[in-house]
Amino acid sequence: MRYIEPHGHMVSRTTDDYQDMVTAGCAAVCEPAFWAGFDRSTMHGFHDYFCQLTDFEPKRAARYGLPHFSWLCINPKESEDVKLAEEVIGIIPSFLPRPNVLGIGEIGLNKNSRNEMKVLEMHVDLAARHQQLILVHTPHLEDKLKGTRLILDVIRSDSRIQPGRVLIDHVEEHTVRLVLDRGHWGGMTLYPVSKCSPARAVDILDICGGDRLWMNSACDWGESVPLAIPRTGLEMRRRGWTAEAVDRVIYQNPIRFLSQCPKFNLASEPV
Amino acid sequence: MTRQQVLDLYFMDARCKLIDLAAFLDRVDRGTGEADFRLAALQNSLKALAGSEASRAEKVLLTLSDPTVEPVAKALGKGAVGAWPGASGSKAPMP
Ligand SMILES: [Zn+2]
Repeated sequence: MRYIEPHGHMVSRTTDDYQDMVTAGCAAVCEPAFWAGFDRSTMHGFHDYFCQLTDFEPKRAARYGLPHFSWLCINPKESEDVKLAEEVIGIIPSFLPRPNVLGIGEIGLNKNSRNEMKVLEMHVDLAARHQQLILVHTPHLEDKLKGTRLILDVIRSDSRIQPGRVLIDHVEEHTVRLVLDRGHWGGMTLYPVSKCSPARAVDILDICGGDRLWMNSACDWGESVPLAIPRTGLEMRRRGWTAEAVDRVIYQNPIRFLSQCPKFNLASEPV
Repeated sequence: MTRQQVLDLYFMDARCKLIDLAAFLDRVDRGTGEADFRLAALQNSLKALAGSEASRAEKVLLTLSDPTVEPVAKALGKGAVGAWPGASGSKAPMP
């Protein structure tokens, strides 16, 4: 079963995970910049992290024949400090030409604060000025509905942004239609406790159609399952989806969205 | 899928989760001290399960969501607890 992992925080994972993913059919992994579980205190900390995402990690993945791509930003959990965010956003343009950088992400909101909104607007402006794709993180649990609405309004208010070049991630039953109705792509995150279970993700596909949706494991340093996508592919097969229909969702859909960035190409086929 | 197929595939899983939920509520009852707003929020969301309308999952999520629309002045902490404390504010631990 071939698939793309469009959202994995591989800096938090071991090489065993790379091996398992490739064995299971992973053809590419995309890694958005995120929160490391603690706040970085200076712009230099982010500079080093961006080097890790654009230089070290692609080399580590390449040892298993896996193309590795990345997204850059200061994530919403570290966006309360606007001055630090300005400094970090200031160094991002120098990384954008790097060969594995797909766009700006995962930006968005966490606690739906005014400062997070300011930093989100700065990121959207950065993406617009540099014609970058956008990957958006929506808040957790009780904050998701409100945050999704606020994010959608920020994006709509910038007329330079084409909706089809924005993917809003971590959608659930109460936010997926808001996202698709605005012309964006939606991402469903397959987590053991929060976000979507495989069964619910397939329900959403059944109800909303699989046209502009992808699935990801968002595997990181917390409770998460690097093989969540192929396991959900299996769930789809058990529910009567054909192999072709599964392939469209877990392989072709990510390629359709990500290929809007010319740098996304799968030079090496799965080993 | 037919209803029969859905039952064949998912009934045992749903049964297990239902009993776990019941046991959780019993455990809370046996506990001491006051419960915070999360218990009431969970009990409230159970009403969405009892209804006969579709989109129960969406309705449960909506009952547990912050319905306000204005950004908050400042982010106090980073985590979320899974239920909205209401306009009066939170007494639940903020991770
Ligand atoms: Zn993430």
